[in-house]
Amino acid sequence: MHFAFDDHQREFRAQLRAFAEKQCTPADLRQAWASPLGWSRRRWEALAQMGVVGMTVPEEHGGMGLGLVDVVLLLEEAGRSGLPEPLLETAVLGVPLLVGATGPVADQVRDRWLPKVAAGEAVLSVGTSSMPAVPGAVGADLLLLERAGEVHAVPAASVTLVPRPVLDGSRRLAQIEWEPSPATMLVPASESAGVLAALGDRAAMGTGAVLVGVADRLVAMAAQYAVDRTQFGKPIGSFQAVKHHLADALVRVEFARPAVYRAAWSLSEGERDASVHASMAKALASDAAVLAARSALQVHGAIGYTWEHDLHLWMKRAWSLAAAWGDAAAHRARILASLVGDA
Amino acid sequence: MDLRFTPEQEGLRAEARSWLEANVPSRPGGPGPLPSLDTREGFEAHRAWERTMAEARWTVVSWPEEYGGRGAGLLEWLVFEEEYYRAQAPTRVGQNGIFLLAPTLFEFGTPGQKDRYLPPMASGEEIWCQGWSEPDAGSDLAAIRSRAVRRGDVWVLDGQKTWCSRGAFADWIFGLFRSDPGAERHRGLTYFLVPMDAPGVTVRPIAQLDGETGFAEVFFEGVEVPDTQVLGAVGQGWSVAMATAGSERGLSLRSPARYTEAAGRLVELYRRCAWADPAAAARSADAVARAVVDAEAYRLHTYWTATRVLDGGTVGPESSMNKLFWSQTDLLVHATALDLLGAQAEMLGDDGRPPPWLDGFLFALAGPIYAGTNEIQRNVVAERVLGLPRG
Repeated sequence: MHFAFDDHQREFRAQLRAFAEKQCTPADLRQAWASPLGWSRRRWEALAQMGVVGMTVPEEHGGMGLGLVDVVLLLEEAGRSGLPEPLLETAVLGVPLLVGATGPVADQVRDRWLPKVAAGEAVLSVGTSSMPAVPGAVGADLLLLERAGEVHAVPAASVTLVPRPVLDGSRRLAQIEWEPSPATMLVPASESAGVLAALGDRAAMGTGAVLVGVADRLVAMAAQYAVDRTQFGKPIGSFQAVKHHLADALVRVEFARPAVYRAAWSLSEGERDASVHASMAKALASDAAVLAARSALQVHGAIGYTWEHDLHLWMKRAWSLAAAWGDAAAHRARILASLVGDA
Repeated sequence: MDLRFTPEQEGLRAEARSWLEANVPSRPGGPGPLPSLDTREGFEAHRAWERTMAEARWTVVSWPEEYGGRGAGLLEWLVFEEEYYRAQAPTRVGQNGIFLLAPTLFEFGTPGQKDRYLPPMASGEEIWCQGWSEPDAGSDLAAIRSRAVRRGDVWVLDGQKTWCSRGAFADWIFGLFRSDPGAERHRGLTYFLVPMDAPGVTVRPIAQLDGETGFAEVFFEGVEVPDTQVLGAVGQGWSVAMATAGSERGLSLRSPARYTEAAGRLVELYRRCAWADPAAAARSADAVARAVVDAEAYRLHTYWTATRVLDGGTVGPESSMNKLFWSQTDLLVHATALDLLGAQAEMLGDDGRPPPWLDGFLFALAGPIYAGTNEIQRNVVAERVLGLPRG
């Protein structure tokens, strides 16, 4: 039992943090929100050069061949810095889906697309038929789409996108009009159950990791504001009502974090209860982020309710991701069903 | 990162499991659960259980062997605790001494004090209670007024301590007294160790919510104490008492196994209720899952923190977050169980005692109050972790 990251993993996170502090400021985020894409191709290329984009791409395809334990700190950092690029969609949802694909065209798709992903030249997006719209579809080059249990790899050029704007300005969802064909069949329905279950687990864990980072940032912003803002002649952070809001939010964030790390380890090791662990991670992280957003807004007061203040850039991410890939209650229901069904 | 236990840790687990299965009083064919800890008879029965455990060196696994332990590490202690709660073994009557005083003794005690106090603590021969709170010093603990006055070569203690857990039947008390009457607040306090049968000590048991005497008031009138019963430096009592609060003690006050075990029983209760009355059970389903998830989150956070401590890190004020989390988890688990039991929840057993879920609920209600109220812990988290200004 050694529940900690190694020096390489921590160093990689530190590199991403240093990069984001320069290249992903709140001003950069606002610029991304105002752009047609919602994120920046230039930043994506820079992330690819750091190895972040291709971190999960196998080495033979030009990536780093890292596992989920290596990746989880980067996802958390992406949340913390508000990084708008589709890192989760590409590196944690799409790439492992391609790597695990078993269908007739899988080898061909891998050979064609994985090197491009690692080089920062292709972006992936993953959608299932249960979604109202597919996250990261706008700007994606290859869409991995499930319908009736089949998974297809569909180049963006061959589909019609109907963008569906959402509250978070850098999450560009779209409805996709497409037709499956034998030439796009990545995983046939008869073989997809495990692949799709694994996708859902990775999505729960990965989204949870981003949420922990988002929540961490929200608490930090509110704590700083509580030190800076003066009322009744003293910083509002000296009042217990304010302290207790932030302490409670911080506790939920700090206790979600190890659960997310454990889920990454369990998925990476193929542990028997890995799906339950992923659900625990998502349930804890979703609740922590929603509480952090709520508390941070209350501590900021009216200024936090404005477009001009940066708080909403992270609050909206918290709300979106808390509901994505199963909200907290849905994951708790799955956990309980698994526990009760075990008997 | 590797979340598997080592073969040695699994070996300790197997050894603990088989010993507990053969010895726990509530085992099939055993004498049955012990009477309540908060009665004279129950207290002595729990002391006897400590003795039985000590003979097999299970009371203080993480202590050095010379004091009755096994020299095991923090992770091994957590493994043992998982087995202890899994076996539904008796409440540890010695826990105030073992988990609150002993870490301080290891850090500040003289060799003579360690030799004198640790072995009988490990064997259950001497059970300790704590003397922190006073009638006018609760959350504001630094308002302590009980005095220690130097007279010749002894200290003379006067004053009153209250809410002393285990105080009704304990053999010794540890606590803070003001040794410098001119000093205020955290300064001028000294940490004393006092036998409860010393002349001038009077104990008045206090009945708790369940009607039994889980704690007591302790009065000191001219109680003479030698220098050998001062722990740490004179006048440094506050920092002596607080020094270990953030280290191992921050982890060991409440081991996660307690909550994961209770959450497991809650799932069993839910399963039975879902069979008998699916609609009623469905109303509590989300709370049951919350309890399970939070208990597991506490366990994971403990292993995460334990690894950091073993790698040379410290805990510090983060221990206040632990206290907030476990106390809330304990309440969630037990309140949800009472919801599932519905109208049955208020029933006492044939012996007039609360049955386990109700008993656990009453105990859980104390969690947000003792060991520093949760409001105080939130202040600590806000000020010392988040850096907010003091009020």
